[in-house]
Amino acid sequence: MCGIAGIYHTNSKRPVEKSVLDKMASTLTHRGPDENGCYVNNNTGIAHTRLSIIDLSGGSQPIFNEDKNLCVVFNGEIFNYIELKDFLEKKGHKFRTHSDTEVIVHAYEEYGKDCFKHFNGQFAIALWNEREKELILARDRVGIRPVYYSSLPDGTFVFASEVKAILKYPGIVPEIDPAGLNQVFTLWVNIPPKTVFKGVHELAPGSFMSVSSKGISTNTFWKMQFPDANDYEDKPLSFYTGKLKEALYDATTIRLRADVPVAAYLSGGLDSSIITSLVKKYHNNDLITFSVAFSDGKFDERKFQNDMVKYINTDHRVIEATYDNIGSEFSNVVWYSEKPMIRTAPAPLYLLSGLVRDNGIKVVLTGEGADEFFGGYNIFKEDKIRRFWARIPGSKKRPGLLKTLYPYITREPKMERFWQSFFKKGLTDTGNKYYSHLIRWNNTSQIKQFFSSRYKERFSEDAVFQELDNYIDPDIDRWHPFCKAQYLEARLFLPGYLLSTQGDRMMMGNSIEGRFPFLDHNVIEFANTIPPEYKMYGLNEKYILKKAFNDILPDPVVYRPKQPYRAPINQCFMRDNLASSMINEEIIKKYGYFEFDNIRLLLNKFRNPDIKNISERDDMSIVGVVSTQLLHHHFIEDTFNEYHNFHK
Amino acid sequence: METVQEVITNFIKENFIMGRSEINLAPDQSLLESGIIDSTGVLELVMFIEEKYSVTIDDEELIPENLDGINNIVNFLKNKGIN
Repeated sequence: MCGIAGIYHTNSKRPVEKSVLDKMASTLTHRGPDENGCYVNNNTGIAHTRLSIIDLSGGSQPIFNEDKNLCVVFNGEIFNYIELKDFLEKKGHKFRTHSDTEVIVHAYEEYGKDCFKHFNGQFAIALWNEREKELILARDRVGIRPVYYSSLPDGTFVFASEVKAILKYPGIVPEIDPAGLNQVFTLWVNIPPKTVFKGVHELAPGSFMSVSSKGISTNTFWKMQFPDANDYEDKPLSFYTGKLKEALYDATTIRLRADVPVAAYLSGGLDSSIITSLVKKYHNNDLITFSVAFSDGKFDERKFQNDMVKYINTDHRVIEATYDNIGSEFSNVVWYSEKPMIRTAPAPLYLLSGLVRDNGIKVVLTGEGADEFFGGYNIFKEDKIRRFWARIPGSKKRPGLLKTLYPYITREPKMERFWQSFFKKGLTDTGNKYYSHLIRWNNTSQIKQFFSSRYKERFSEDAVFQELDNYIDPDIDRWHPFCKAQYLEARLFLPGYLLSTQGDRMMMGNSIEGRFPFLDHNVIEFANTIPPEYKMYGLNEKYILKKAFNDILPDPVVYRPKQPYRAPINQCFMRDNLASSMINEEIIKKYGYFEFDNIRLLLNKFRNPDIKNISERDDMSIVGVVSTQLLHHHFIEDTFNEYHNFHK
Repeated sequence: METVQEVITNFIKENFIMGRSEINLAPDQSLLESGIIDSTGVLELVMFIEEKYSVTIDDEELIPENLDGINNIVNFLKNKGIN
């Protein structure tokens, strides 16, 4: 895994200053601590920081084609590089290395901009075409690897793996964009190309961008598709389980390609257990596994992790997340993730990747993606239950099914009417393409009440939905309701939070590469053809995964109720750490994002020992406040340099 | 093609019994009394039936005589024209 950065003065012959490029790349050393490389040719410069994984001695970047007219820097992996290289060699291309990077330039020569469709992998690519004086940026299908860019009024185009590198370019003044905050505090994520930094944009997953003196254009090379609602093939479950086994076996096998050892995360849940079992059973008898455990029993899954370890017998290592270490690492979490968030769940994963690094491992397999493409999330059940209720909105009994999802609502029988009215909002609006997510988004939007009036008056819900309408595939209207919800999770939440804030950034913060067999596009494309009732049978989530892999998993893992991955929140911010210091009155008023009088009420709740049950929204609010404050602290205040230098 | 009885039996086995070998499932057995399902389980079963057979079941029909047991469910669906 690596970091990439670059500068292109599209409208002038002004030479790129190598010292500026170096400064940008120096902010990305955590992504690639092993080597640096750069290419500067007059008004263009691209740089690379390398985490060596494939072809350790020969894979230094940038890499060129035969006549040096094409130059590439790349963050990620092209897992099918062996097959592609073989094919391209037969076509007459001459390779000088054994790396997957070199495949990119030759594939570009062969296929042009269609080459990205041929890559099975996770990638952010910057390709310089000297003959055409054109820069091409591309990002993998589901957004595993990030790439950001900024286009300046003088025609300069700057890009990098992380925003912090772009902010190092002298012409760019870091500024938080209220429109970006408005998106995050509605949808949990930004809608590409928008970010929370004014003038800094994100390339959307599955697309590529061409930059030259003629202008900038963006194209899609892959998009998620589902059959029309009534257009599923009438095949038995056994047909799908058979195919799924093959597809996931292939996806896992190809992700073991590396010249360094590959380990695995083991959460105790179904998805990582499947991947770990596949590796252990078919490939690596000496597999090392890593888990995060929690000192707070509410979040802990140690029992299931231990069941799995005993069952498959791996060399297992655990790190325990506590209120203290989550709170103290949270400032790093925001430094690496570069956006506000409403969960602390990334922090334990940052601790976990630190454990991996301390054990001398660079690559881990994880189970990410199964919940999106096989239907594991509670939001899919909530959607199904509300649609069931909406068929008889006056039913006294139907909303009772929500108790299976949220046991807390049964604790206080007197509150029944309240939670029913919460979930009843918009109940019969089942034709709305966002039906599954509107309750969540409405709830999240409430956090905006904590902002100061100068921000609040710029937060328009209509603007968010207009941007969303433009981003979402119009075909969504034709899909089964279950697939609509899946699509929203996979198109928004997966790249915008799960693979970035909780994935790439938390791993890369400790120079660890994650690989995700469930996100192989062959697995995704197949999964999307599976009838929804095989993904969720009644309210039995990921049913097809359980049926396909129950022969290699212990029963307690297959039949256990799914536990959403969460981490403690408010207890982590009532301590002596940088994150907690962000919510004191002086700093809140100094930064100006939030109204302290409102924050004070929130803090009073956390500090009141008589209040035992803090609501989810209160917890989300405090993370939102702390992370926004830290964002300002790290990137807007001049402590930016201080914080970065400290972390170097 | 699976019969209604087979569909319902499989659903109960997969979603409520879940591999617990000590539980026998007889067609005339009460699902509530034997502890196989509770009141939310009944609703889940109703949701499945509605989806599978494109019917709507009213609150008034949510009574043990209709839904507590495989035979009861099969007869209830037969009365709704589903065989």
